[in-house]
Amino acid sequence: MVFNNVGRTVLALSISSLLFVGCSSTNEIETSSTSSLNGTVEIDGSSTVFPISEAVAEEFYSQYPNVRANVAVSGTGGGFKRFANGETDINNASREMREGERLAAIDNGVEFIELRIGTDGLSVLVDPSNNYVDCLTTSELKNIWEPGTKIEYWSDLGQKFPEQKINRFGPDTDSGTFDFFTEKINGEAQVSTDQYQASPDDNVLVRGISGTKGSIGYFGYAYYQENKENLKVIAVDDGRGCITPNPTTIADGSYSPLSRPLFLYINVESLNKPQVKAFVDFYLTHGAKLANEVGYIASSDEVYAANQRLVNTK
Amino acid sequence: MTDENFNKQYDLAPHSRGRRTKSIIFYLLLLTAIGVSFTGLLSLIIEISREGLPWLSWHFLTEFPSRFTEKAGMKSAIMGTVWVISFTALIIIPVGIGAAFYLEEYAKKNLLSKIIEINISNLAGVPSIVYGLLGLSVFVYYMGLGRSVLAGALTLSLLVLPIVIVVSREAIRTVPESHKQAAYALGANRFQVVYKIILPQAIPGIMTGTILALSRAIGEAAPMIAISALVYLTFVPTNPLDRFSVMPIQIFNWISRPQDEFRGLAAAGIIVLLITLIAMNALAIYIRNRTQTRSEE
Repeated sequence: MVFNNVGRTVLALSISSLLFVGCSSTNEIETSSTSSLNGTVEIDGSSTVFPISEAVAEEFYSQYPNVRANVAVSGTGGGFKRFANGETDINNASREMREGERLAAIDNGVEFIELRIGTDGLSVLVDPSNNYVDCLTTSELKNIWEPGTKIEYWSDLGQKFPEQKINRFGPDTDSGTFDFFTEKINGEAQVSTDQYQASPDDNVLVRGISGTKGSIGYFGYAYYQENKENLKVIAVDDGRGCITPNPTTIADGSYSPLSRPLFLYINVESLNKPQVKAFVDFYLTHGAKLANEVGYIASSDEVYAANQRLVNTK
Repeated sequence: MTDENFNKQYDLAPHSRGRRTKSIIFYLLLLTAIGVSFTGLLSLIIEISREGLPWLSWHFLTEFPSRFTEKAGMKSAIMGTVWVISFTALIIIPVGIGAAFYLEEYAKKNLLSKIIEINISNLAGVPSIVYGLLGLSVFVYYMGLGRSVLAGALTLSLLVLPIVIVVSREAIRTVPESHKQAAYALGANRFQVVYKIILPQAIPGIMTGTILALSRAIGEAAPMIAISALVYLTFVPTNPLDRFSVMPIQIFNWISRPQDEFRGLAAAGIIVLLITLIAMNALAIYIRNRTQTRSEE
């Protein structure tokens, strides 16, 4: 009977696997639809823009339950690779498209438009017990973050600072935030001191900065907003006085140079698909409100109106 | 038995002071070892439960993701995991067992098979993201499967196959040589020996290996992020070529959000993942015990 037992076990195992598969499919059809629109909208790209696109997709779903609006997170660069292949309809981007990416898209016959949807203010943070720094100039920031930096103690920056060891925290080198910060502060993207604790997870940075004496670090404004009580934000002076990041200074661009634009890139051919067109229209109608809701600073109504006109001409 | 009785029985007392002290020290060392690993596990479970239990509810299992913590659920991630792990099981069970039998019973013991053996053991140590990138270029693009359940399952299969093969071989090796010889003596051919003599006795061990492998697969985030990348989706897969998300991707996404409440959701997601794991392990132990008693009949 040994043979039968084995056979039965293997059979039972395969059947139970199949059953798992079988029962999942029964859950599929669930929402009755008022709209006949269906199909797929593929969105990929920046993790920074993700919360906005996710919010839009969620609201869109409640109105068009039969459309699959899939929002993935491959990073701005990873997303552009797929976008340039025509794999995705929309790419979330936390920087402008690079020349190489543009050429790749053109090579593949992918025509696209760029929509500015909002702004993020990269914030420079120190631990909350820090009472000796309120504002740093961009050249002081560069001294701290440039490759081969000589700053080991805050006092190395100048007499007004105490002899406290400086502990740097920042996003790791795959991050668009890292690209942007190094480009604006050190003058070249991806060029930075390696004397810092890197993490791809901004929450790790939040905890590191708030719990370490003499710390300094940077990340997106949304993370600062959510952790205000554990962090102290530093004003940045690029020659026009100390400006603290807040919705006003980020929106009008006076928080410079660390205000970073957020974009959507739309595959023009995809706009022929009714579900994609509906999604983009929906984005441009509700995106501003939702961007503010998730912690960014939306572009002005005029910009959104101009975006809508641009989409309508395509 | 008390120490005194023990000592009396074996007449150890007068001479064994030093040895007894050593034995007690050794016992305490072992106690510390289990204490350390248990405390680690316990503090993890307590911490996760404290953060996650308040978020655990029925709708957490039946709703799609949302930017509102109170509305968010992991239905798409749970169903994605079920799909991917089911297909992974369907792939690794026959392939893993087949490879193990080939290496143990069929392959000639020469340099080539030695090299293959060493490589399989080494493959078990390759970082999982490497498999993710391999799967992305081979299954997703080259084979044109897209970012589908099937591509995910194939990638996870590659990742955990070494475990299945290594453990299955160990199980096959425990079958006494005398049983095989007896079967051959009765005129059985090699297939009959493998299928009727070795497999039934090795099944418990093979099952343990398979479940260990699937337990690892279910918790993998890195290769799944490379293959799927999908975080927000409002459907569950209906066929092997559908897009999908899995629980670790969802948990990872929740952890990396700025809002603190999402950490609670992530903890709740980890609890669901842990329960799934425990259920799978329990199923494996059940099947193992069942086959064990049956094959001894």
